[in-house]
Amino acid sequence: MRAAHMTTTAARALPDEFTLDHLDHLESEAIHIFREVAGEFERPVILFSGGKDSVVMVHLALKAFAPGQLPFALLHVDTGHNFPEVLDYRDATVERLGVRLVVAHVQDYIDDGRLRERPDGTRNPLQTVPLLDAIEAGKFDAVFGGGRRDEEKARAKERVFSLRDSFGAWDPRRQRPELWDLYNGKHAPGEHVRVFPLSNWTELDVWRYIEREGIALPDLYYAHEREVFARDGMWLSAGDWGGPKDTERVETRMVRYRTVGDMSCTGAVDSAATDVAGVILELAASRLTERGATRADDRMSEAAMEDRKKQGYF
Amino acid sequence: MTATHEADAAVTLATSDDPAPAHRHELLRLATAGSVDDGKSTLVGRLLYDTKSVLADQLDAVERVSRERGLDAADLALLTDGLRAEREQGITIDVAYRYFSTATRSYVLADTPGHVQYTRNMVTGASTAELALILIDARHGVVEQTRRHLAVTGLLGVRHVAVAVNKMDLVDWSQERFSEIVAEFSRHATRFGIDDVVAVPVSALFGDNVVDRTDRAGWYTGPTLLEHLESVPVGTDPSAQPLRMPVQYVIRPQSAEHRDYRGYAGRLASGVVRPGDEVTVLPGGARTTVAGIDRARADGSLESLDVAFAPQSVVLRLTDDLDVSRGDLLAAADEPSLTTRNLSGTVAVLSERPLRQRDRVLLRVGTRTVRALVDDVVDQLDIATMEQQTAPDGLALNAIGRVRIRLADDIAIDDYRALRRTGAFLLIDDADGSTLAAGMADAPDRSIGEGI
Repeated sequence: MRAAHMTTTAARALPDEFTLDHLDHLESEAIHIFREVAGEFERPVILFSGGKDSVVMVHLALKAFAPGQLPFALLHVDTGHNFPEVLDYRDATVERLGVRLVVAHVQDYIDDGRLRERPDGTRNPLQTVPLLDAIEAGKFDAVFGGGRRDEEKARAKERVFSLRDSFGAWDPRRQRPELWDLYNGKHAPGEHVRVFPLSNWTELDVWRYIEREGIALPDLYYAHEREVFARDGMWLSAGDWGGPKDTERVETRMVRYRTVGDMSCTGAVDSAATDVAGVILELAASRLTERGATRADDRMSEAAMEDRKKQGYF
Repeated sequence: MTATHEADAAVTLATSDDPAPAHRHELLRLATAGSVDDGKSTLVGRLLYDTKSVLADQLDAVERVSRERGLDAADLALLTDGLRAEREQGITIDVAYRYFSTATRSYVLADTPGHVQYTRNMVTGASTAELALILIDARHGVVEQTRRHLAVTGLLGVRHVAVAVNKMDLVDWSQERFSEIVAEFSRHATRFGIDDVVAVPVSALFGDNVVDRTDRAGWYTGPTLLEHLESVPVGTDPSAQPLRMPVQYVIRPQSAEHRDYRGYAGRLASGVVRPGDEVTVLPGGARTTVAGIDRARADGSLESLDVAFAPQSVVLRLTDDLDVSRGDLLAAADEPSLTTRNLSGTVAVLSERPLRQRDRVLLRVGTRTVRALVDDVVDQLDIATMEQQTAPDGLALNAIGRVRIRLADDIAIDDYRALRRTGAFLLIDDADGSTLAAGMADAPDRSIGEGI
């Protein structure tokens, strides 16, 4: 035992030629997870919204199976209030890759009365039912999500393989301990497993990887002029979804989005970052988390995410 | 948590907003272990706060809740409280993962609760950790829980241990008290085969010696806790270990461009591989040669590598047209794993369902799952006395003991103490799919009775 620090033989540094940097580690871990799912499940699907985390997931999945084809379909829950440029990006990606995209529409559920519009106009919580229906209809047994443990307190306890019952519900007490890199994907008929290959990535890791790999994102992730108005301390985009109200003043500002979700609850931040390097600099200096800065859905209560997850949310 | 403190942190700690240095940015995985009320949540909160990994909105939330609870200062322990169920009951029910980074390293911290009944979580956190951070309350010294943490750390093969002797402010920063604790801890660590141990006297509450050096203990000349974490060597030299790569998936594009392509996708569990290396396909035993190593570039095109090493994910092509599929293990031909239908090892029970003699379960090792029968529960480890006891009723949740297992089919497995990834196994309940136990295989010559 050493009370002070010194180098011992047990503590030798690795030869440089066999050292990986942290992005290489994270990439290798994620590729391993995609291949485990391909090997253990019948019908996996990737949740793909065109948001940066889902774009990185698809990039990693392509690398995992090259030179073979992507052995998964993509699934998107369209709230009806999505940013049009993100939907365009989604469709262009699907066409480029030649993969199958399944879209579940929240609007269909509102139109036929299965879901009711909330008084605050936010549609994020309404995505759960269409998501679960799409998983059941597609008989998907593994569903990849872009969730990261650094995002939110309830996510910090999430497994890489997260078991959901036939109602899609997440029971924190029923989750399996995950040891080494031995993922246990056993599930009963009707149950499915949510898989989070980016579990150990932080927001900054995602951006550094986007920079390293030269991954293209929807333009709204970079600073641009936009008509916005202030609500709950966030800049919201004016649009068909119901904003702004009469008392809310619209102005044009240089902004970018840190997360991309439903327009009704996703805010933009003031930004001068017009490229990846600029975004990384801004993030490193930021004093707010991405969800704290831009997501009204997580501000509803202290346990907002925990409650949504228990009901089968992403 | 004063403004002065924040300013100190800014000058002494290079945070992630500094430009990347010339050397590689490394990744260190660590697991925490502490007993109830020894200040582990506060210490983890302090590490996050003083490395500026806590952002303003998270801190606002902590300060708001602290005020609501009538506390004078922000309770940093609240930063690591996760679920409402836990907050209401004031407990931590599971492993939570935390992330922080400095100019040189990114850290993945598995934060495991300290309650006696949660050995299961410590085993889980330690399974992927290279360093165990063990907390000791300076007033109480080494307690039964500390010995349990050391036992798990040694059993799981965690190579480095950092001891934070916390609440030093409550023993007046006594050098004598610190030395006593270090001496006692050292005796136990040796018993568990742990030789790389560094102890740091800290006060997590005041931030002394966690990230920033304190002036309250002039006698201490060692590193602060973070300085130590920054300098611990990460990783195992892959060139010192034989090649192991469990086959995860067979890639057969059958496209015009890659008509006859057949590649075996996997993540190297240990070792180094080069084209021309001879490998054995286990458990079958066929020998062949590595024809090529492929990996996708960012643009999707294929790149051929001269060398790959653990823990890289790659695709291997083999010279011979063999029947290789998921569940097989590619191993260095001159140093293969053991192929067997009988194995012995130590297990930690993770499930409410106890593990008993004659239980029929599934055994998972690498990418292979086979049916298994628990031939014998040999004994159980009594953590308090560190003695082996008989286990006539099997092993209950959180128990650690030795078992002998018979398999319906051959597997390839290694001695866990030599090769962690390919010596580790899970026992799974065939009926409901739950993970029953985590296992660490013995070396053949250490196995019990007939076995291997």
